[in-house]
Amino acid sequence: MKLLRAILVRLMTMSVTLIGAAVVVFFVIRVVPGNPIAMMLPPGATEDDIARLTALYGLDKSIIEQFWIWLSGVVQGDFGTSISLRQPVMPLVLGRLPATLELAIFALVIAVVIGGALALTGVRHRETRTETAVDVANGVGLSIPDFLWALILIVLFGVLMPVFHISGRISPSLDLPFVTQFYVFESVARLRFDLWWDLLKHMFMPALALAIPLAAIISQLLKQSLKETMHLDYVTLARTKGYGENHVILSEALPNAVLPTLTLIGVQFTFLIGGTVIIERLFSYEGLGNMAIDAVINRDLPLIQGIVIVFALLFTLINLAVDMMYALLNPRLRHA
Amino acid sequence: MSAFLTVNNLSAALHGYEQRVLRSVSFSIDTGEVLGLVGESGAGKSMIGKAILGILPTAIEIVEGEILLGGQDLQKMKPADRRRLIGATAALIPQDPLTALNPSRRIEPQITNRLVDILGWTKADARLRAMELLNEVHIDNPERVMASYPHELSGGMRQRVLIASAFAANPKLVIADEPTTALDVTVQKQILRLIRDLQARHSTAMVFVTHDLGVVSKVCQRLSVLYGGKIVENSSIPDFFAGPKHAYSRALLAATPKYTDPDASLLPVDEAVIEAVAAEVLESDKEWRHGG
Ligand SMILES: Nc1ncnc2c1ncn2[C@@H]1O[C@H](COP(=O)(O)OP(=O)(O)OP(=O)(O)O)[C@@H](O)[C@H]1O
Ligand SMILES: [Mg+2]
Repeated sequence: MKLLRAILVRLMTMSVTLIGAAVVVFFVIRVVPGNPIAMMLPPGATEDDIARLTALYGLDKSIIEQFWIWLSGVVQGDFGTSISLRQPVMPLVLGRLPATLELAIFALVIAVVIGGALALTGVRHRETRTETAVDVANGVGLSIPDFLWALILIVLFGVLMPVFHISGRISPSLDLPFVTQFYVFESVARLRFDLWWDLLKHMFMPALALAIPLAAIISQLLKQSLKETMHLDYVTLARTKGYGENHVILSEALPNAVLPTLTLIGVQFTFLIGGTVIIERLFSYEGLGNMAIDAVINRDLPLIQGIVIVFALLFTLINLAVDMMYALLNPRLRHA
Repeated sequence: MSAFLTVNNLSAALHGYEQRVLRSVSFSIDTGEVLGLVGESGAGKSMIGKAILGILPTAIEIVEGEILLGGQDLQKMKPADRRRLIGATAALIPQDPLTALNPSRRIEPQITNRLVDILGWTKADARLRAMELLNEVHIDNPERVMASYPHELSGGMRQRVLIASAFAANPKLVIADEPTTALDVTVQKQILRLIRDLQARHSTAMVFVTHDLGVVSKVCQRLSVLYGGKIVENSSIPDFFAGPKHAYSRALLAATPKYTDPDASLLPVDEAVIEAVAAEVLESDKEWRHGG
């Protein structure tokens, strides 16, 4: 009963969030100056041409009316037609989403691995120079934003030591056998590790740029909560049983210390996805973020709306996943 | 009978400080014997237990003396060997049962992990042993308790679990650090009886830390009175209650409510006595510095 109510409350908040995002973006982008029709017509177009096209896209109607038309479409799964690309919005957005998801997940994995390793190293060697070094690394990671890391990485590994690709998602010369847009997953499933490697060489730098600030946050918080946990009685008791430092950290302290970090990772992961917009642009990576910038430049209202809705849905799903994981890992909630 | 635990002239100090936390502490305990360790808060009672078990805070180090456990000098052993020896022969009953169990693990592995990981028992044997011990501490449904998480058990139940866990590996030495202070009065008595019974049945040497002289008279054969990290008196129980040798012990005994009137409030210890014993402790620091 309790669970059922929790799920219901959850679904309600998710719907409210999504509707809120839809309303806000719909009205805000119509208040901002800029005419999408003027953007798509050649310089010599007449007033008549403009009026005709404006009517075609329904932009001559009142904002409330436009919203109603759009919303009734959305309810039926129709998000309208992109003005700049002249194709239905949803297939366009869903075609780009996998590229962004793969990039974000890869970045998250890097951040968790680096952040976790740094935190564990810092705690294993606490109160020594090693911990100081970890603190310095965290400080540097945090004080430089992802897009500056991107530029630093481009100079380092794209120009000075060109080992990674600095542009695109995959080398254009390659023949692609893919049927889905999840190239990385599909290349592994097809055992095409040549393609997989090419994808990773493209993804590595944008993913690392996104990952570094998150790794620093994870490392900082996890180390702090590990250190606090190491003083607790049950950890001390485990020592008296004959266990060494490594076991005590990994088996006794980590499972408890990781819980607050988990919540933080959820929130930060949504920020990281927000960061893909600029990072994808910098690396000409063909994801949703890159498409979003084009859509804004072209004042492509339906496309912007579609992208925002998909991002909003993604964020609410991530929050849901984090809450579920938290409940699963915390025995106090598991039995509640 | 030879002593199972001997602490010889043990001093500990905050890293880089002259002032000691433990001041040339010496005592020994035979197999099957219980030594009471009494003293006011901050006297260093827990510190002695931690020094023996190798869990001193990182800031505090042993600066002189030796700890002999079953004839082996702990200070001279390699850290990993020392850890294993302590894990195999000694056990701690902690003060606060609410914080001494890992909240994210079930009870069973928290009792059996030492048996399996350190002593190399099979999981099945360790499980049987855990059931047996939970029976010994009068837990009616050991299966259910072993499958529980700590937050599902009451404080008294958790302390029973911790006692069972402490005695599971047949330790030769148990250090009970105020094992009943965190429990309410009715449960205190039961837990105390449990510890005493288990100790007697297994002939365990035990250090019993408390500030309750009434409890000491029931559980211990001998006691050491601690002030400022220094043992000011070592006595057998009958001798002590017949008439403590040290002025501070006398004041401590006088401050304890009589059994005939257990509700009487604790009297403050006379200021003059405190000043005298504090001066004595500081004096011993001077001698120590000149000697060493
Ligand atoms: N982590 C630490 N760092 C520095 N000093 C400490 C630390 N822990 C304890 N001390 C000091 O060591 C002394 C002895 O502390 P200890 O915990 O042994 O007292 P206790 O006799 O067990 O008192 P209580 O009855 O309150 O448990 C105290 O003066 C305390 O201030
Ligand atoms: Mg104490």
